[in-house]
Parts: sequence; structure tokens; C-alpha cells
Amino acid sequence: MTGSQESPATATAPAPADVGGNGAWDVEVRGLWKSFDSAPVLRGLNLRVAAGQRAVIVGPNGSGKTTLFKILSTLLRPSAGAARVAGFDIRSQTSEVRRNVGVLCHQTYLYGELTCQENLLFYARMYGVADPPQRSREMLRLVGLEGQADTLVRSLSRGMQQRLALARAIIHDPLVLLLDEPDTGLDQRWAGVLRDLVAERAAQGGTTLLTTHNLERSLDLADRVAVLNGGRIVFSARRDDLDVGSFKEAYSRHTGATV
Amino acid sequence: MWEALRKRTVAIPAPRFEGRLASFASQAMAVAAKDLRAELRTKETASVTFVFALLVLVIFNFAFDLRAGDNRTLAGPGILWVSITLGAMMGLSHVFSKEREQGSIEGLLLCPVDRSAIYVGKFAAALLLTAAVELAILPPFALFTDLSVFLPPLLLTVTLGTIGFVAVGTLFSAMAVHTRTRELMLPLLVLPVAIPIIVAAIEGTRVGFEGKPWSDMLPWITILTAFDAVFLILCPWLFQYVMEEMGS
Amino acid sequence: MKGLLRTTLEPMERGHRAVGAVALMLILAALVAVFVQAPTEKHLGDVQRIFYFHVACAWTAFLSFFLVFVGSLAYLRTRKTAWDMLAVSAAEIGVVFTSIALLTGSVWAKHAWGTWWEWEPRLTTTLLLWLIYVAYLMLRSAIPEASRRATFSAVFGIAGFVDVPIVFMSIRWWRSIHPAVVSGRGMDLDVAMYPAFFLSLAAFSLVFVSLLALRIALERSHQQLEEMKRQAAFKLGGEVSHG
Repeated sequence: MTGSQESPATATAPAPADVGGNGAWDVEVRGLWKSFDSAPVLRGLNLRVAAGQRAVIVGPNGSGKTTLFKILSTLLRPSAGAARVAGFDIRSQTSEVRRNVGVLCHQTYLYGELTCQENLLFYARMYGVADPPQRSREMLRLVGLEGQADTLVRSLSRGMQQRLALARAIIHDPLVLLLDEPDTGLDQRWAGVLRDLVAERAAQGGTTLLTTHNLERSLDLADRVAVLNGGRIVFSARRDDLDVGSFKEAYSRHTGATV
Repeated sequence: MWEALRKRTVAIPAPRFEGRLASFASQAMAVAAKDLRAELRTKETASVTFVFALLVLVIFNFAFDLRAGDNRTLAGPGILWVSITLGAMMGLSHVFSKEREQGSIEGLLLCPVDRSAIYVGKFAAALLLTAAVELAILPPFALFTDLSVFLPPLLLTVTLGTIGFVAVGTLFSAMAVHTRTRELMLPLLVLPVAIPIIVAAIEGTRVGFEGKPWSDMLPWITILTAFDAVFLILCPWLFQYVMEEMGS
Repeated sequence: MKGLLRTTLEPMERGHRAVGAVALMLILAALVAVFVQAPTEKHLGDVQRIFYFHVACAWTAFLSFFLVFVGSLAYLRTRKTAWDMLAVSAAEIGVVFTSIALLTGSVWAKHAWGTWWEWEPRLTTTLLLWLIYVAYLMLRSAIPEASRRATFSAVFGIAGFVDVPIVFMSIRWWRSIHPAVVSGRGMDLDVAMYPAFFLSLAAFSLVFVSLLALRIALERSHQQLEEMKRQAAFKLGGEVSHG
């Protein structure tokens, strides 16, 4: 797989993987602003996620979650502010950021007229993964699509496409994983597998940032939760300090939405 | 089950120069291979392009009587190149319109790939497809005009001309599909810029049909080579800027 | 950066009335030179006088397309909208001057060669220039997002300008293979024609500069208006429509 890991001597990012450790932030956002023509979407957003953490961001539609993820994955340039992902600056070190980030969005970024295996092979090559065929097969096994390796993506169900998209997102074993409403279209079983995947990643030192509409599920997945509203983080807490009730109350209080 | 996930605590930095060259090549090839594979499976772009070029050829045969005497060498080259040009234009708009429809451009943008590598891959695939269509259109042309088409001067101009045309077309296709008028914008952008190619290709072809000596080809080969050289360098560079605007 | 361009443009804007005044004077002087002072050309008579305006327009058009090129390159490098403003202003004015050059060229052709159009190298290249920059403007009008519009037109502006020499050479050679019924070599300039010629050149160049300054000022105002709209939207707590 991506076995050619550089030795610590040549690495450029801070090393320690203890969850919530000080000084090891895998995602750092300071004063991020983003406007689309005349409409501001992100207004001075601040966020920090420590290495190895699982952070879930919840918020109403239009609060800027997807925009934030697109900026963190370098798909969009911010109007103002700064952000570092995996220790690299999103403006000046875009290539390094991309190498170390995986994204799962509303769009699957899959090619309908290619098979599952071909799709993963393509992305494996684009990410410079070692031994693409082997890695693609591993990923297909992970998401339970071995049997559909030679099926065209356009004949897959939405849930299967989502699973394949997840495989695509982690094919290069990224340090930081951004998942935008990843449980869309997944049944109970696979939503559970997703949760286990995120937990396993955290155990291995990978950082995951997720968004979801489902407040209960967010507590299942997270070490930290945050509420994004009106382009800013308005509430943030450790999962251990919350239960479902207090979280719902905090959410209503900060967004004005009844849950 | 989780063996596929490895302990990842350290970010992967950018590779050194030699590594980058190798990955550029492999990424460009991956993009080209993907496009070609998708096309081979569906055959939609190539077939429509070919039939369209054929139709143009047929219509021209009503405009000029191509069997009558001098008409063949006078009008022949122009007709051939107009049908190739218009057909190629149709095909070129697909280079990016299909990506856009599927929303997969962002998938490409997420990868740590030099944007020029994407251009090179797309260019290579489009070049092969266009070449295939051209090879297919030559026999019908020979049939309608009773001219021999497998002549070295002709093949040389076809090769050089196609390279330049596809180079510019790939770049402009990326832009065109992101405008309000989409594919309609492409001919507007490509045709004025590609005039030197059209002129040189037509004249070079005529030299072939008229059996003139190779020295007569010189000006046209020069134009085609100059155009190709300039735009093969310029387009990948400009493409990077175009790709930056695709994120929204 | 607004620095450099602004220090060039602001005096232009403030002084554009001065420039306009000088341009007007030069135009008057040129008119006098062209219609009164310049000798009548022996072959073509008085209609030949249109030549002075034709060449001046063509030269100005070329200058403006060069500025489109400069503006496009600078925009891609610096991402400062000032350069994009320069590019679009120069392109618009360039198209106007090219149109005039084509029209005057056509009148010239009618009287020199008897047809309203002749596919001779310079006229043909002028026509292609017109097509390229009209395409530039149409590209711009088809892109609503400001940043994308600026980038795409900069890309096309560079590609178009780089193409111009190649276009010219290809048409030159094409014409030498298929010579026109008349060979349009233009005519030699007699020394007595110099005042009219150079005055026209100077006058049109200054008119161009004056128009450019006006157009850029217009673009600036437009941008400022957009900015004010943005501020107002923000102050009112703006409608957030993206997720």
C-alpha cells in the first residue's frame, strides 16, 4: 500500500499521535471567510482538530459545512483567513494538502461507465499509491464490493456507490479524512461499518472530520462535537461532556431550530 | 478487516523532483487511459463525430461537383478539412462536458496531481480519438472524389494539423463547458485561433493532390510546426489557471 | 499592487479631460493635414485620404490587443482585478477600432481595386483579429462569476495574441499562392504625406488612451458598486444560500 512512508527524519509534520495532544493539530482554521459574489457563507470561522480526533460538525442547511470542507480540501480558495491541514497551508502547499486529505462529499466523483475496480485503480494511480491493483482490491474488500469489482458503477445502487466513494476517499490512506454526510444512502449495517472505520482510524492516529444531520449519530461517532451556524462555530464540546438531551438543547439554543 | 488501514501519524510530504516526473507521466497516462477506456466502452463520441463528418462531406458533394475536372484539387482539400474540423469540434466538446455532467472534475482536482498532467492525459486521449475519426473519414472522401488519399504529404499535414487543433481544442473545451452557452462556445473560441492550421492543412493537402514537389510543402509544414510547438507549450501552462476555477 | 496601476490610472482619470482635450486638438489638426495639407495621390485621387485613418485605426487596434495580452498575463500572475479591467477595456475599444479599420479598409478596397472586399493579407488578418476579440468579449459575457470570467478571458487573451503572428504568416503565404487579381502592396509614402500620416497616428493613439481611461474608470465604478452591494448585504446579516 502506501508503504513508502518517509522516515521521521524527513517528515515535515509534527509527529505525536496522542488524541487531543497539545500542539499537534491536524486541522487548524483561523478567521476563515468565504463569500460567493455578494453573499458571505463563512464568516471568520475558527476551528482546531487535534491529531487522531474524530470531530463531528452539525448545523442547519446553508450554514457552510460543505463550503468549509471544500476549502479544507483545496477545492475552493477562501476569501480571507488561513487554514492548515495535516500541517500544510491550504493556499501555498495545496499539493501536500491533497496528498494527505481524503474527501467524501455529496458527489461520488465516480465514473459511471467504468467498473468499480477501474475507478479505484484510476484514483490509486492519481494518488501515487504503491501497487494500485493490490490496494484497489483491498479497498473493495473493505467496503464489501469485491463481488462488484467488474460491475459498471452506473448499475450500482446509491448505497453501493456511496461505499465505493468511501473506498475512493481512503485509497491513499490519508492523514485527515473529511466526510460530508457520509451515512447518506447507507443502511444500518454499513453505517455501523463506517462508524467502526472512523474509530479504527482514530486508533491508528488518523483524524476524521464529519458532518451529519443526525444529532444522535453524531455522538456515536465523535470525540468532539461542534455546531456551525451562520458561517461560524457557535458551540463546541467534548463528547464525554454531553448527552443527547443536553446536546439537542445546546443545538436549539445556538441555531434557533427546534430539534 | 482493518489491515488495509495502516498506522498513519505522519503526513506525506511532496516527493523529490525525479519522483515528480515519474508521477506526472503515470498520472497523465492514467487520465488518458481512463478517457479511452470509457470511450471504447460506450463509443458514443467517436461514432457521432464520424457520422457528422461524413454528413458534412455528403452535403458538400451537393455543393460542388467533385468529379468534374479541376474541382477535385481546387475544392477537395477544403471540403476534407471542413468536414474534419467540424467533426473534430463536436468530439472535442466532449472532452470536458462528460466530466462536468458527472461532477468528476472535482474528483480530479482533489488529487495531488499537476494540472498540466491532466491536460496531457486529456490531450493524448482526444488526439487518438480524433485521429481515429480522421482515418475513418479518408476512405469515404477518396470514394466520393476519386482522389488518392494515402499520400505522404496528406498524412503529414493531417498529423501535424490534428495535433495543433486538439491542443487548442482541449484547453478551450475546459473553458467552454463552464460558460452559460457551454458547447456552443467552443467553435467560437477554437476556429478563429485555429485558422493557421486550417489554411496550412488545406494548402498542404492540395500540394499532395496536385503531386507537386515537397519543397512546395515547406511553408505549410513550417506554419503547422510553429503552431504546434507554440501551443503545445502554452496550453498546458494556461490549463493550470483554468483548472483553478473549477472548484465551485 | 493597486499601487502601480492606480498611480498610473488616477492621474489618467483626473487628467483624462486634459488628454481628451489634447486628443481633440490633434484630431482637428489631423483632419486639416489629411484633407487640406496632404497632396492628392496621383493614382487614386482624394479617396486615398482614407488611408491615413485606416492605418491609424489599425495601429491603434493592434496596440489595444497588445494591452489585452499584457493585462491578461499580469492578471494571471498577480490576480489583481485592476489588470482584468485593463484587459476588458482594451479589448472593447480594440474591437471598435478594428471595426473602423475594416470599414475604412473596405472603402479603400472599393476605390483601389473595385470590390468592397478583397482577401488580401492585411485586410484578412484584420478580420481575423476582429473575430478573435469578438470571441473574447462573447466569452466574457457568457460567464457570470467574476473570478472565472477574468481567468478564462485572460487565458483566451493570451492564446489569441500569441496566435496573431502565426495567423498573419499563414495568410501571407496563402495569398502568395493564390494571388489576388490586384496585388495590394499599398503605396509608398511621399515625404509630403508625413505630417498627415503621423498626425493621424498620434491623434488616434491619444483618442485611444482617452477612451481607455474612461472605460477603466467605468469598470472601476462598476466594481465599487458591486463591493458596496456586498457590504450592504453583510450589514443586513446577509442571506446565506450555500451549505
